[in-house]
Amino acid sequence: MARRENPEINAGSMADIAFLLLIFFLVTTTMDVDSGISMKLPEKPPANYDPPKIKEKNIFEISINRNNDLFVDGDVMELKDLKGAAKKFIDNGGGIGNPMPGEEKGKECDYCNGDRDPESSDHPNKAIISIESDRAADYEVYVSIQNELRRAYTELRNELSLKKYKRTFDEIEEAYKKSGNKDENLERQVQVIKDSYPQIITDLDPTGTE
Amino acid sequence: MAKFGKKKKGTPAISTASLPDIVFMLLFFFMVTTVMRETDLQINSPKLPSATEVKKLEQKSLVTTIYVGQAKETDKFGNKYNSIQLNDKIASPDDIPAFILNARLDVPEVNHPRMTTSIKADKQMSVGTLTDIRQRLRDVNALKLSLSTHKGSTISE
Repeated sequence: MARRENPEINAGSMADIAFLLLIFFLVTTTMDVDSGISMKLPEKPPANYDPPKIKEKNIFEISINRNNDLFVDGDVMELKDLKGAAKKFIDNGGGIGNPMPGEEKGKECDYCNGDRDPESSDHPNKAIISIESDRAADYEVYVSIQNELRRAYTELRNELSLKKYKRTFDEIEEAYKKSGNKDENLERQVQVIKDSYPQIITDLDPTGTE
Repeated sequence: MAKFGKKKKGTPAISTASLPDIVFMLLFFFMVTTVMRETDLQINSPKLPSATEVKKLEQKSLVTTIYVGQAKETDKFGNKYNSIQLNDKIASPDDIPAFILNARLDVPEVNHPRMTTSIKADKQMSVGTLTDIRQRLRDVNALKLSLSTHKGSTISE
């Protein structure tokens, strides 16, 4: 009688099979999180809507032509100077602003560090940045302009936040998010900073047809 | 005393019996985290522009993606970087409202205002195409927009 051995499946190649699968998933996995510049579009105005009159000094007019040249209020400007110019415009504080939420009357900007030039914007919450771009301009240029403008706002918000709360706006927002959007104190701080420097960037609607 | 008298013979081989377990663990991790791309790109993979002030898109289920770039079939759609892809075919801007309304069907109504449209566009796209898309999105009240970018500086200082 032959001695019967306990038959066992050889599991030695199991690791190889698993490795093969592992490598497949490693290669196909994309870990990158989708990120981008977020914008909020304005709602479509009703048909007979009469746009409010805005003083010219409160508008920072950016235009891009078909050769991707950048113009600010009619003059050529380099992309690297845009952030500084935008900051100067937003932070000017030359007059009376719109009333802050919860207040009845608008008042002067008491936190602005600008030149208080009466010929420039009245108040950060009145300062409007408008972008007009040629249809043939490059998307890359458009995105970098949007990016520079957002940087201007971020820096202004951070400066104010450091002065008021001893930490940057980014840190406060981060901490607020970490608290599960529950911490009321942080929420108030975020709101105060946001109301102080609201991001008002508009894209001009195309006028007329090509 | 006999215990101490014993001598070990040679170095014992490291057991590899648990290797499959470890590998399987990694395997499951990657299987769970892998997101397969749902749509086949009909355009050449867009080269995204870069920006620094980016925000992460949260809640993937609330995001609809529009791709813009150069069509693979250049003889049919031209070689400009303005071909718009919705789902898995090249479309015109006029198809966007239907596309958005269709995407809304999968989402409960309370979340509709939080839905975001992510535009993955090549940096050589012309702004006119973006303007067209924006107008159509406004028509259907899809107001949250994200311009997909890489993280990185755009200007050298």
